[in-house]
Amino acid sequence: MMVMEDFILRALLAGLGVAVVAGPLGCFVVWRRMAYFGDTMAHASLTGIALGLLLGVVPVAGIIAVGVVLVAFLTILGQRGRHASDTLLGIFSHGALSVGVILLATMESVRVDLMAYLFGDILAVMPADLAWIWGGGLLALAVLVWLWRPLLATTVSPEVARAEGVPVTLVQAAFMLLIALVVAVAMKIIGVLLITAMLIIPAATARRFAASPEGMAAIAAGLGSVAVVLGLVASAEWDTPAGPSVVAAAAALFIVSPLAAVLLGRGRG
Amino acid sequence: MTAFLVEARGVSLARHGTAILSSVDFHVAPGEIVTIVGPNGAGKTTLVRVLMGVMAPDSGSVVRRPGLTVGYLPQKLHVDPVLPLTVRRLVTLTRAAGRAEVEAALAEVGATALADKAVSGLSGGEMQRALLARALLRRPDLLVLDEPTQGVDQTGQAEFYELLRTIRDRRGCGIVLISHDLHVVMAATDRVVCLQHHVCCAGAPRQVAGNPEYRRLFGAAAAELAIYSHRHDHDHDLHGNPLPCGHDHGPGHHDHHPHHHHHPSAAPAAGEGQP
Repeated sequence: MMVMEDFILRALLAGLGVAVVAGPLGCFVVWRRMAYFGDTMAHASLTGIALGLLLGVVPVAGIIAVGVVLVAFLTILGQRGRHASDTLLGIFSHGALSVGVILLATMESVRVDLMAYLFGDILAVMPADLAWIWGGGLLALAVLVWLWRPLLATTVSPEVARAEGVPVTLVQAAFMLLIALVVAVAMKIIGVLLITAMLIIPAATARRFAASPEGMAAIAAGLGSVAVVLGLVASAEWDTPAGPSVVAAAAALFIVSPLAAVLLGRGRG
Repeated sequence: MTAFLVEARGVSLARHGTAILSSVDFHVAPGEIVTIVGPNGAGKTTLVRVLMGVMAPDSGSVVRRPGLTVGYLPQKLHVDPVLPLTVRRLVTLTRAAGRAEVEAALAEVGATALADKAVSGLSGGEMQRALLARALLRRPDLLVLDEPTQGVDQTGQAEFYELLRTIRDRRGCGIVLISHDLHVVMAATDRVVCLQHHVCCAGAPRQVAGNPEYRRLFGAAAAELAIYSHRHDHDHDLHGNPLPCGHDHGPGHHDHHPHHHHHPSAAPAAGEGQP
């Protein structure tokens, strides 16, 4: 059977690191209907990487910087209210993706594997990447736990939260920056085109089994981890692309979840 | 210096060149139930937001008692079924609380049976009680309710306002209510402020219902309200409630602002409730 080689082990650890934080954060993405925002943040991160390479700083810094710009852009323009937020997201998403591809294409000094950025290259994870993933992931989780109550209150009713003293705009901006952080952390693993999948698919699957917001977050983290293991095993077994295999496994879990729910005797709770 | 929980003085606010509030005075004291009535678009919700500090007025002042805790009931709350939220979890939305405290808050509003129900499946009346329990769990000094009985039948509304009065009596908190229907809140209200961007009239419920300015705003319905008002006042007398009928001209009486009473309609009777 499969031999547990070092690179597979690193890929597993990296994937689990992403799944554990993407699950809970993804629940908020689902509850707040922000899937398109996640996508935009992921696409924009390509520009961030390119800027990072151009300026000679780590790509993660470039991604975070672009994330800050996106959050500021949305917070300021969103309050003016002239364009719907999905229009603003569409402009930013495709604009930034295009600029990112152009910048990477014109970079002569650096040989860039565009496919690796778009779809991830989990099998090329180095020990240093693992430190980034787990460090960044644990930081994002800690901030999420700290933000949990005000963020949930803001999600259920911004009006009530505001009336009762929750700094709603600040909490929302912090949440969007958390997504930027997770995108930065997950990009190398899963690629800019597929990151949103790890946010929303495990969360959507978890809904069926959850009786509380906190339960749904924990189950989403678990389901994401299962998808990582299944995807990587399939990838090693049949030599399929690793990132897409993980996402396909997550989607398969979503599809079989009604059956599992019936077997577990849990209806739609 | 402030005996009031919140006091607004000369508050004005405009959006896109349209005045929403103009020189509004408002206050609420501990243990007092104040109802804001007015037609749609009169600025009721805006006034309440200004009082809570969610919106800043363009001019005028709002003074809140330091450390004031507000419990807020929104006009409606839609919780998407994708968010698994029971009533038990909803009530601790903005404040953590132990199980016993949660049970006590639910019992206080008669919602014990709802504890483990999903919020997304509640009826209008159930939602209202769940939201009230949630607000009470904050141990508020001031309860603010924005048209809390939308989608609730008449009996349910009457019960709800009776419940509010019980809560006020027990806890001594101040309550600000928004309503477009003076008649249903009348029994539970100490003071009514009639708003149409400015304060049209204010005072005890019966006074306001008989006020020509109020009748002008609410048209045909106003006469009916006056009748109901009579009946409710009678109820009050029977219960011996200290409703200051007919002599509420204290500092809370806002009849004296400059810009109203240009109504040509037949209003010979009242003299704006002045003595």
